[in-house]
Amino acid sequence: MRMLVVEDDVEAQRYLVNGLRESGHVVDDAADGETGLTLALSRPYDVAVIDRMLPKLDGLRLVQELREHGNATPILFLSALSEVDDRVKGLKAGGDDYLTKPYAFVELLARIDALMRRRQPSAVKTRLQVGDLELDLLTRAAKRSGTAIDLQPREFRLLEYLMRHAGQVVTRTMLLESVWEYHFDPQTNVIDVHISRLRAKIDKGFEPALLQTVRGAGYMIRAKP
Amino acid sequence: MLGTPLFRTLAFRIVLAYVALFALSAAALVGFTYWNTKRALDAETDQTIQAEIAGLSEEYQRQGLGGLTDVITARSMHAGQGLYLLVGSLGHPLAGNLDAWPTVRRSVGRFVEFDYERRVAGTLERHPARGRVFKLVGGLQLLVARDTHERSETERMFTTTLPWSVGLMLTLGLIGGGLMSRNLLRRLDQINSTSREIMAGHLSRRLPLSRAGDEFDTLARNLNRMLERIERLMKGMRQVTDSVAHDLRSPLNRLRNRLEGALKRLPPEGEESAEIDAAISETDRLMATFDSLLLIAEAEAGAARNSMSRVDLSALAHDVWELYAPVAEENGIELDMAEALPLEVRGNGNLLSQALANLVDNAIKYTPAGGRVTIAAEKNGQGTVLSVADNGPGIPIEDRPRAVERFVRLEASRHSPGTGLGLSLVAAVARLHDARLELSDNHPGLKASVIFA
Repeated sequence: MRMLVVEDDVEAQRYLVNGLRESGHVVDDAADGETGLTLALSRPYDVAVIDRMLPKLDGLRLVQELREHGNATPILFLSALSEVDDRVKGLKAGGDDYLTKPYAFVELLARIDALMRRRQPSAVKTRLQVGDLELDLLTRAAKRSGTAIDLQPREFRLLEYLMRHAGQVVTRTMLLESVWEYHFDPQTNVIDVHISRLRAKIDKGFEPALLQTVRGAGYMIRAKP
Repeated sequence: MLGTPLFRTLAFRIVLAYVALFALSAAALVGFTYWNTKRALDAETDQTIQAEIAGLSEEYQRQGLGGLTDVITARSMHAGQGLYLLVGSLGHPLAGNLDAWPTVRRSVGRFVEFDYERRVAGTLERHPARGRVFKLVGGLQLLVARDTHERSETERMFTTTLPWSVGLMLTLGLIGGGLMSRNLLRRLDQINSTSREIMAGHLSRRLPLSRAGDEFDTLARNLNRMLERIERLMKGMRQVTDSVAHDLRSPLNRLRNRLEGALKRLPPEGEESAEIDAAISETDRLMATFDSLLLIAEAEAGAARNSMSRVDLSALAHDVWELYAPVAEENGIELDMAEALPLEVRGNGNLLSQALANLVDNAIKYTPAGGRVTIAAEKNGQGTVLSVADNGPGIPIEDRPRAVERFVRLEASRHSPGTGLGLSLVAAVARLHDARLELSDNHPGLKASVIFA
């Protein structure tokens, strides 16, 4: 995948670029807003990672101009500003996701992954399937190997999100933001408990286990280990 | 101020008091003048009568009855206000301008008051009079009196006009007072409504100045100057938090990046990687503390007031309950949610959720297994209340005020994880919503309530 990283903090940029290259991506970089905008307009990228505070041209303005030029590259904002207000401003300006510094690299990768997949056009799905686990989005029913599984509404949303991102790492923050719509980190690790309950419902008594914990990152649902 | 009845405003009450005082003193002044004039007039009448009697008695002594009769007749001819009547021992008139001995209405000392009929411009009128009776030898009686009609007219004028003029004065005073206080109230209203807007977060608003250059303008100018200072300070604070956020997050970001990089190069099961893993967690905890501090500062600056909307506290409480219910069960605690009707307040949903999550988190942390924690959103006598009650050890009453201070961790909680900012954040979020955080005894346990005014 081809990516653009616009970040003025030299060390953070090097780390980010190296990390992304190690993960098998092709990365271009820019250290200020103007260069970033020129690059973004000159060639196609699958994803752009843009810092909000940039010299010459602020990250928000960069994205606004990009969108005004009809450029639809998925954009992930990186920011030292953590308030919900700042997030809203970032998304309004045309950003697709917002990640607050400091972030875990796996969190960044997981979000980039999610952004790139979202870009691929897919027909409106009414059924999701991972291995022998099926989720009917219309009747809100879940089945594993033909056995009906009883899910609470929130468990259903949690499973739906995991299955929509099957084969991808989904972090706890992503789950909190998408399933619970909370933009803060509860002190206790509440998500883990919800996952273990869901796991008890969909994996207990079945083989193989579909819902896996990715150490230091989050969770992933997939058919083949 | 709008909506307060006029008569309940301070300005109007002051005006009213002044009008009343003025009317009272005016009435007293007029009353005193009246009383004094009346006394002077009475004294004058009495003196005239005394003098005439003295003159007549002298005449009588010098020239006898004949002389007296002549003088009386002469005086009666061109007497203006003077009334004379000399009667014989049987009561028949001998001389004078009164037809018959009048019926005495009232006698004051040696003086008598009576009414008599007088021909004025061809018609008979009853006029009051005041006089004195003088007894002569041989049963003769002399009445010397003066017509007091004009005086009583003056008196009557006084007594009838006085209430009217006082009444008029009061009415005019009240109308004037009303207009004046309305004018004052309008100025105050402008100041009040602008202050309310400013308190609601529109810090750039300023109080309007009139062209009068009066005390209100001085007040408004001073307040405006104060607001400019506050705005400058708030902007400064925002800049500081923003740059602190940037300057602290960036190095923390690099630190975390380096640790992550190092972790990748190490064998996953070694002692070193466990150490580095712990260091990463420590960075995250540092960040969480730092985030909470920034959030508290933000909430206290009130900047988030601009991003408020209608929030249903019941739904919000239900969501937090749902988030924490499995964790509570895992810890052997029963987490209850008192079902409630929709309960709307104006607020920041994310901050309120976070505040409630902090309270629930604390309650679960400090309540031993087998305990019970109850979340409630209700409207009671105190107002709209969002509360979390547990039956854990509670907080002794003397420690409660300290519990909400930043970084204060009471002895009992020193060994559990946490930043020591949880309750301070709740208190700051409450203040942002014009609400307050109250810690009370749950008999046993702690009840933390966020009470919306």
